Amino acid sequence: MSRLVTDTLIVAERNLVRITRAPDLLLAFTVQPIMFVLLFVYVFGGAIVVPDLYEDYTAFLLPGIIVQNIAFGGFVTALGLNEDLHKGLIDRFRSLPMARAAVLAGRTLADVATNTLSVVVLLLTGLIIGFSFDSSSLEILAGIALLLLFGYAFSWVFALLGLIVSSPEAANSLGFIAVFPLTFISSAFVPVESMPAALQWFAEINPFTIVVNALRALWVGAPAGNSVWGAFVWAVLLIAIFAPLAVAKYRRAAGH
Amino acid sequence: MTTKATDQARVGSAERGSAASEPAIKVSGLKKSFGEIRALDGVDLEAATGTVLGLLGPNGAGKTTAVRVLTTLLRPDAGEVRVAGLDVVRDAAKLRERIGLAGQYAAIDENLTGQENLVMVGRLYGMTRASATARATELLAQFDLTDAAKRPAKTYSGGMRRRLDLAAALVAKPPVLFLDEPTTGLDPRSRLSVWTTIEELVAEGRTVLLTTQYLDEADRLADTIAVIDKGRVIATGTPDALKDRVGGERLEVHLTEPAQAPIAAKTLAPISDEPPSIELDAVKLTVQRRSGIIIEAVRRLDEAGVGIDDIALRRPTLNDVFLALTGHAAEDSELEETA
Repeated sequence: MSRLVTDTLIVAERNLVRITRAPDLLLAFTVQPIMFVLLFVYVFGGAIVVPDLYEDYTAFLLPGIIVQNIAFGGFVTALGLNEDLHKGLIDRFRSLPMARAAVLAGRTLADVATNTLSVVVLLLTGLIIGFSFDSSSLEILAGIALLLLFGYAFSWVFALLGLIVSSPEAANSLGFIAVFPLTFISSAFVPVESMPAALQWFAEINPFTIVVNALRALWVGAPAGNSVWGAFVWAVLLIAIFAPLAVAKYRRAAGH
Repeated sequence: MTTKATDQARVGSAERGSAASEPAIKVSGLKKSFGEIRALDGVDLEAATGTVLGLLGPNGAGKTTAVRVLTTLLRPDAGEVRVAGLDVVRDAAKLRERIGLAGQYAAIDENLTGQENLVMVGRLYGMTRASATARATELLAQFDLTDAAKRPAKTYSGGMRRRLDLAAALVAKPPVLFLDEPTTGLDPRSRLSVWTTIEELVAEGRTVLLTTQYLDEADRLADTIAVIDKGRVIATGTPDALKDRVGGERLEVHLTEPAQAPIAAKTLAPISDEPPSIELDAVKLTVQRRSGIIIEAVRRLDEAGVGIDDIALRRPTLNDVFLALTGHAAEDSELEETA
C-alpha cells in the first residue's frame, strides 16, 4: 500500500513537472476558462432569463461553467496517457516493479492539482465581474471539495478513454462528443425549465445538473434538495466504476 | 572460471543462487496468438548467464512479441518461460526487479530532462531520491549525456534519446537486459556507439537478449543467434555456424550488355561455389575466398570480352540467410507484428 502511495506521488510529480515545460497546456487551464466565462456572461447573459432567486446571470452561470470546466480537466489525462502508450512509456512503466495502479492514480492526482488552479482562476474571474458568495465559508469550501472530487471522478473516465482510443486526436473528438452534450443539456447554462420536454427529462437526471445544483446550493444559497448528497454519490460512483476499469485496461495495455 | 565469477558478482546479488544451476533465459514451447494470428508458435530459446542471445528476423516475425512475453508485458498462451531463474507469469512482480527493457521506441518523457527521466525510473524501482539521483548522474556520465542532463529530452538527437532509453533500462543494474531493435532508425555513427555500449554491458557480466533485423548487428554482438520467422525459430547457432549454412560472400557483376550475361556466367562459374545466377543485367556468384576475388573476376570477364558496368562484393545479408534457410526472402514475410 505504501508502495502505491509513493509511486503515485512520483508519477504525479512527473506530470506536474511536464506541465511547466509545456506552457500551451497551462493556457488550457487558465486563459481558456476565463474566455468562456466572459463570452457567456457578456454574449448570452443578456438574453437568458434566470430565476428570481439569482441576482443576475453571473450568479447563475459561474457554478455551472466551473463544473463544465472541471469535467474537461481530465482531458489532459486522456491525451497524456494515449501519448505515453504510443511512445512506449507505458511499456516501460509496466516492466518496472512499481505499483500497478500508480501510473493512473498519479495522472489523476496531478489533474486534481491543475483543476484546483482552474477553480481558483475561475472564481477570481467571477469575483472580478461581480459574482458574490451567499453562504458560509464552510459551505464555500465544501463546494470546492465537491468540485474537485467530481473532477477527479471524470479524470478516471478520461483515463479509460485515453487507454482505449487509437490516437490523441480520437481521444479529443470522442471526449468532446461525450462531454459537450452532457454539460449543455444540464442546468449549467440555462434554467432546465426553458428546454423542450424531452431534453428537460434528460437534464433533470443528468449528473451535471445535480452537481451544478449542489454547487449553487453551497455557494449562492439556492434550494439544495438532495443535490448535495446526490452529487457526492455520483462522484463516488463514477470513481468506483471507472477506476477499476481503467486499471484493468492498463494492466493489459499493449503499446505497439 | 574465476573471471566469470567476478563478473557475476559485479552485476549484483539478484542473480546469485539460480545462476549456477539455470540459464539466464530459458524458453520452451512458447506460444502466443492474437485472434487468428499465431505470433509465436512454439518457440524455444536459451541464453547462458553473461552471454548475448540475438533474435534475428524480419518485421512481423514475432521478435517483439517474444520480448513482451519475456518482460512480463504479455501473458503467454502456452509454454514455460523463465528469466533470471523466475517464471514470467508466476513470479512477474519479482522478475520486474531483475530486468531492464529498452524498446524500439525511446520510451522517455520528452518534457522531462535526461536527469529527471532517470531519477523518476530509479525511484519507481524503489530507490530513494538521493540514491536515484546519484545513479542518474553516474549513468549520464557513462552514456555521454552529462552536458545534456539538464535539458528536456525533446531537444535530444535520435542517438541521444536511444542512449537515454538504454540508460533508463540500466538504472537498477538488472542482470538480464532486453533490447528490442536497439539501433533501428539510427545513423551509422550512433549505431556504432550503441554497439560499443552493449559490448561494455556484456563485459560487466550481464545477459542480453537483443532483437535485430540486421545480420551484421547480430554477428557483432551475439554469442548465439536464433533466427525467427513466422513465430518459429528456424535456426539457432553461433554467428559463424549460421554464416556457414548461408555460404560465403556474394559477388555481383552488372554488365554493360545484358545479352552477355550467359557468357559472363559461364566465365565466372569456376570461381563460384554454386552455379552463378542471372538477374536482368546482373550475374551473381557465391564465393568463399574474399581477397583478390574482384581482380580475378574482372580479369576473366575482360579476357572473355564482357563489358562491366559495376562490380561489388558484399557480405551475406539477412535476406541471404532467409533465402538459404527458408527459400523465401525476408521481405516476403507478411505477418504483421501485432503487439
